[in-house]
Amino acid sequence: MGALRVLSVTQQVGLLFVVLFGLLAAVSLFAFTRTLRDLDEAGRDAQERLRRDLRAVWIGALLFWVAWAAGGVLSTLLFGAVSFLALREFVTLTHTRRADHRSLLLAFFVVLPLQYVLVGSRAFDLFTVFVPVYTFLTIPVVSAFGNDPQRFLERTAKIQWGIMVCVYGMSHAPALLLLDLPGDTGRGAFLVLYLVLVVVVAQIAQALASRRLRRRPVARAISRSFSWRAWFVGAASAAVVGAALYWSTPFKPVAALLMGFVAGGSGTLGEFVMTALKRDAGVRSWGSKASLTGAVGLLDRVAPLCFAAPVFFHAVRWYFGR
Amino acid sequence: MKLAQGAGLLLAGLARLITGAQGHWHGAPPKAEQRIYFANHQSHFDWVLIWAALPSDLRSVTRPIAARDYWTATPLKHWITREIFNAVYVSRGRATGESALVGDDDDNPLEPLLRALRHGDSLVIFPEGTRGQRGEPAPFKSGLYHLAEAFPEVPLIPAWIDNVQRVMPKGEVVPVPILCSVTFGAPLLLQPAEDKRVFLERARAAVVALGSLR
Repeated sequence: MGALRVLSVTQQVGLLFVVLFGLLAAVSLFAFTRTLRDLDEAGRDAQERLRRDLRAVWIGALLFWVAWAAGGVLSTLLFGAVSFLALREFVTLTHTRRADHRSLLLAFFVVLPLQYVLVGSRAFDLFTVFVPVYTFLTIPVVSAFGNDPQRFLERTAKIQWGIMVCVYGMSHAPALLLLDLPGDTGRGAFLVLYLVLVVVVAQIAQALASRRLRRRPVARAISRSFSWRAWFVGAASAAVVGAALYWSTPFKPVAALLMGFVAGGSGTLGEFVMTALKRDAGVRSWGSKASLTGAVGLLDRVAPLCFAAPVFFHAVRWYFGR
Repeated sequence: MKLAQGAGLLLAGLARLITGAQGHWHGAPPKAEQRIYFANHQSHFDWVLIWAALPSDLRSVTRPIAARDYWTATPLKHWITREIFNAVYVSRGRATGESALVGDDDDNPLEPLLRALRHGDSLVIFPEGTRGQRGEPAPFKSGLYHLAEAFPEVPLIPAWIDNVQRVMPKGEVVPVPILCSVTFGAPLLLQPAEDKRVFLERARAAVVALGSLR
C-alpha cells in the first residue's frame, strides 16, 4: 500500500485502468474458452447473456477510459450523449401525447444541454437545483399550454421523471469527475470508476445471492427475485470492495466501507425501480428482442448508475463539508 | 466524395440520431434485387426513415415518389430530391390531394413509375395516398395494384413504420428524438386473375400484421 501511495494520482488511476482491462481480458478469455464446449439450451442462453454483458462492460470501461484520458470537456460531452440516448429510450417507451411535444423539445434541447453546461463549468450549486427546481416548475407550464387536459398530470410526471433519472442522475457522474476535493485534484476519475465498480459489484452479488438464497420475494408482482437479504448481500459486497479500494480514494477505510454500501445499495434499488417501470410499460427488458423500436437496452445498463451517482456525489460533498 | 453523397450521409446520420432508424427484416432479407416497398404513411418523415433504415447499398437503387409541382418549386428542394434521394417525379395533374396514385382509370400518373421500374429501380410507395391520422392505415388506393399488374414478377415488400407520428406531429417543425423502427415483411405477389379489391385488402392486412408483430 505504501508503494502505491508514492505514485501520483494520475499514475494510480492509470494503474487501476490497467488492472481493470486485465481483469476484463481474463474474463473474456474465460468466456471464449467456454464457447469451445458443447452446451445445452440453458447453457447457451447463459453464455449469450454473459457475452452481451461482457460487451457492455467493455464498452463502458473503454468509455470511462476515454473520458478520463480526454479530460473535463470531452467526458462531459460523452456523458451528455449517453444521457441523450437514455432519455430518448425512456420517452419512446412512455406514452406521451401531441400536447407534450413542446415539453419534450424543451427536455431534449434546452434542459439537457444546460444541465451539462452547468456541470462542465463546475457550477455545482446551480447544477444541483436546476432540474429539481427550475425544470420541475417550468415543464408543467409548457405542457399546460399544450392545451390537452387528458391525463395531464400523468404525462407531465412521466416527462419530469425521465429528466430526473436520465439527465439529472446521469449528470452527476461527470460532476464527480470534475469535483475538486481538498488535497487531491484529478481524483475525480477515480471516484467515478469507484462508483461504477461498486454498483456493478452490488448488482452481480445481489443476482448471485438471490439465486442461492431463494428467499421469498418482497414484491412479487414487481420482481420475482428481489429480497431484502439478497439486497443486503449485494450492498455489503459493494461495501467490502469499496473498503478494499480505499487507498485510491480520499476516504478513510471505514468511510470507504460506508460509501460503498450506500452507493451499491442505491444502485440496486434503482434497478428494482426500473423493473417496476418495465412491468408497467409491459416490456420485459428495455432492449429485449421483442422490442420493435430497437431500443438498445442502454437505459437498462445506465439506470443503476443514474440512481447511485447523485446519492454518492452528495455523500462525498457532505463528507468533505462542502 | 461528392456533395450529394456527403449530404446524404449527413442526413442519414441525423435521422439515426433523432429516431434510431432501426430496420427489422422479417421474412425477406435485404437483397439488392428490384422490389416495390409499400408502407403506412403518417408523417413527412416516413420516407427519410425508410431510407435511413435501408442498408447503404440498397439506398442508391431505391427511389421515392415526389410530387413534381411541390418538390421542384425551389432549387434546394429540387436538388435534395434529385441528387440525394433520386426521386421519381409525378405530376399531380387533375388528382387532388397528395398522391397521384388516385383513380383506377388511366396510367398517365403512373408513367414515371413504370419507367423507373423498367429501368430496374426499386420503389417506395405509400398506398394510402395521404398522411393518416389514426393508428390503422386507411384503405389502399389502386396504384399499387396497377404497378403489380404491370410488373408481376417484382416482389412487393410490406413495411410498417412505427412511432413516427410522435416524432413530428402535424403542425410541428422540430422533431423530438424518439426511437422509430421500420419492419419489412415477407414479399407479396399478385396472384393471376386476382381481384383488385381483394389484392389491396390483402396488402393492407400484411402491413397491419407487421404492426402488431411484437
